[in-house]
Amino acid sequence: MSDSRNKFHDTPMLDELESGPWPSFISGIKNLRDKHPDQRINGVANDLLGQLEHSYETRKGYWKGGTVSVFGYGAGIIPRFSEVGQQFPDSREFHTLRVQPPAGNHYTTDMLRQLGESWERWGSGLVTFHGQTGNIMFIGATTENTQHFFDEINDYGFDLGGAGPCVRTAMSCVGAARCEQSCTNEHRLQRELVNNFTDDVHRPALPYKFKFKISGCPNDCTNSIERADFAVIGTWRDDIKIDEEQVANFIDSKGRQYVIDNVITRCPSNCMTLTDDDRLEIDNRNCVKCMHCLNVMNRALSPGDDRGVTVLVGGKRTLKIGDLMGTVVVPFMKLETDEDYEKIVEIAENIIDFWAENGLEHERCGEMIERIGLINFLEGVELDVDPNMIAHPRESSYVRMDGWDEEAEKWFERKRVAAQGG
Amino acid sequence: MNLQEMRRPIESGCPDGMQYMHPSMIRNFGQWRYHDHPRPGVLVHHAESGESIWTVKAGTQRILDVYTLRKLCDIGDKYGDGHVRFTIRSNIEYMVDREEKVEPLIEALEKEGFVVGGTANSVAFISHTQGWLHCDIPGTDASGVVKAMMDELIDEFKHCRMPNRVHITTSCCQINCGGQGDIAINVQHTKPPKINHSLVANVCERPSVVARCPVAAIRPAMVDGKPSLEVDEKKCICCGACYPPCPPMQINDPEHSKLAIWVGGNHSNARSKPSFQKLVAGGVPNNPPRWPEATAIVKKILKTYQQDAKDWERVNEWVDRIGWPRFFELTGLPFTKYHIDNWRGSRKSLNSSTHIRF
Repeated sequence: MSDSRNKFHDTPMLDELESGPWPSFISGIKNLRDKHPDQRINGVANDLLGQLEHSYETRKGYWKGGTVSVFGYGAGIIPRFSEVGQQFPDSREFHTLRVQPPAGNHYTTDMLRQLGESWERWGSGLVTFHGQTGNIMFIGATTENTQHFFDEINDYGFDLGGAGPCVRTAMSCVGAARCEQSCTNEHRLQRELVNNFTDDVHRPALPYKFKFKISGCPNDCTNSIERADFAVIGTWRDDIKIDEEQVANFIDSKGRQYVIDNVITRCPSNCMTLTDDDRLEIDNRNCVKCMHCLNVMNRALSPGDDRGVTVLVGGKRTLKIGDLMGTVVVPFMKLETDEDYEKIVEIAENIIDFWAENGLEHERCGEMIERIGLINFLEGVELDVDPNMIAHPRESSYVRMDGWDEEAEKWFERKRVAAQGG
Repeated sequence: MNLQEMRRPIESGCPDGMQYMHPSMIRNFGQWRYHDHPRPGVLVHHAESGESIWTVKAGTQRILDVYTLRKLCDIGDKYGDGHVRFTIRSNIEYMVDREEKVEPLIEALEKEGFVVGGTANSVAFISHTQGWLHCDIPGTDASGVVKAMMDELIDEFKHCRMPNRVHITTSCCQINCGGQGDIAINVQHTKPPKINHSLVANVCERPSVVARCPVAAIRPAMVDGKPSLEVDEKKCICCGACYPPCPPMQINDPEHSKLAIWVGGNHSNARSKPSFQKLVAGGVPNNPPRWPEATAIVKKILKTYQQDAKDWERVNEWVDRIGWPRFFELTGLPFTKYHIDNWRGSRKSLNSSTHIRF
């Protein structure tokens, strides 16, 4: 700590966040202030606490953005300069580095230690696994040290994520690594998708942010429909697999009433029946793959074998026009061969290209679709219309339909091709 | 340093997780059959091969200092198999290949103050944003709100006593980076921005600020002979969208930036389709350091849900079954004109039927 500031800031309000049973981030920052052998870190922690206390007292934030990047990149760092840096000089530059985690967020303790060592060499010693988009957030480095820290971790395999109008860090669930509901290789898909757009991650040149999220089943543990511009969700199109013996065990242990109240009647498409002799019958053609019965009767029921993914486009949070969910644009596609992966990457490329051409500044992909209509979007990215894309057909007659015969013929033609196995 | 000496980045992108994954997860990748939930905070997954893997999940302070990070690693080395992962709600998960390792691992975590739980029908860790600690536009401090709230909800994290899982989120502005939650505690500004006109011309790209406003309430203006921006305060919805691109349009107000509470956001497709959260309470004081008023409302909603919902019903499904009038009656929260949506598409949120519960 510098001589003129060798005194701890008083933090009476923050101190109140050290009581109570949940682990305290304030105690953690104080450890850096009091125990760390590096005086630089002691000073940063002290002034950070001072500024945070000031925020608590005045109920205002005091960080301003700016422009900071590492050599060769235009994104990946969230610049923070203190507006009250005179009072808290040791944390006046306090930038966050967004770093892409390994797919599925897997680490060895060795790798976590190595990242921790690099970070205390160059940064504040504060880190979050992970931010809401999915980045490792290394919180608090000076402008100069962002470069040193990046150089060090980049040498052993880590790269920056996105910030600003660019492709952002992607996210996938634990999936096939440890989940019986997984219907695809989330891990591979995350890397195939986001690593195809590395240039668009590091050099912001899009209308606004673009996020990929991958969930292995419709439980959607990565919140992809509500948070991702490009959501991929594993699913299947054949029958749910039933283990009769486990069904019987389940009914024995839980009772008939439980099965009726918590499985049969909870099916959103009413496609399940419990027969008089306690067998479970499923009308699979009407199953909407909601996952509920598989979640409840985890041992007895499993996803089918003809697996693939559904793609939804356009989910986002509030700014600017309000919350939007993703919309189905690909109801089902297989994801097994290299060609399948190439195909989904190509769909993503087409969508990003079209949006880059047609999106307004600061307009998310979903907002553009809202503005131009799904049809213009589908035609722009060369995807065929499909009734799985809608909750119900048009209710308004205010539409010009003089191309009806040609459009109907396209539908029949697609049916003919599909029937021939095309 | 001159440019020739600068190191070129290696654009490696997202690293391969396989190199860090537990060996049993690699061996059984895509071959898992089912899982059990022997106690809160512990899952055991069984593979086709006959192998099983135990996962112990623990909550932390999320903003980790390197000491805490090392403590988590020490526990993983001594009691676990040296392989961990983080959930999207920032819990740490330790994977071990034998059941005998589970109890000592739990003991070690709890001895160091970490909280084992957060699985199945518990109240999960609150997912949150940066707040005053690091954000440039925050109305509150997410980490502090979450710490204060988790202190009170910790027993519900450690037990599985809810009808279904409960995801709580917080956000420090109306952009809502915290995302959708069964219960969400978000900043809600109630007054238009206060403009420092002497700074606008130098700091803000005025056309993009005008374009950013969702209700077209901002227009260019000359103020005291300087180019600036003015806000039509009758149209302004106090959303704060102009503040990030134009910091002289200060939206955060120590008194008038409040918290609002929303319920029923649900990302899953299980049973019902995914749903967005709905406003239930506004005008909640933004009251550091422990935000007692917000916590009290959250606890009241949780208690009511716990008592009234059926097994497996998420908050949105529970309210759909009992209806909104009953929700307000049971929770004692006031129903106001602000609950009735008037944003685009909002007619679909009105009741156009005689389906009314008396």
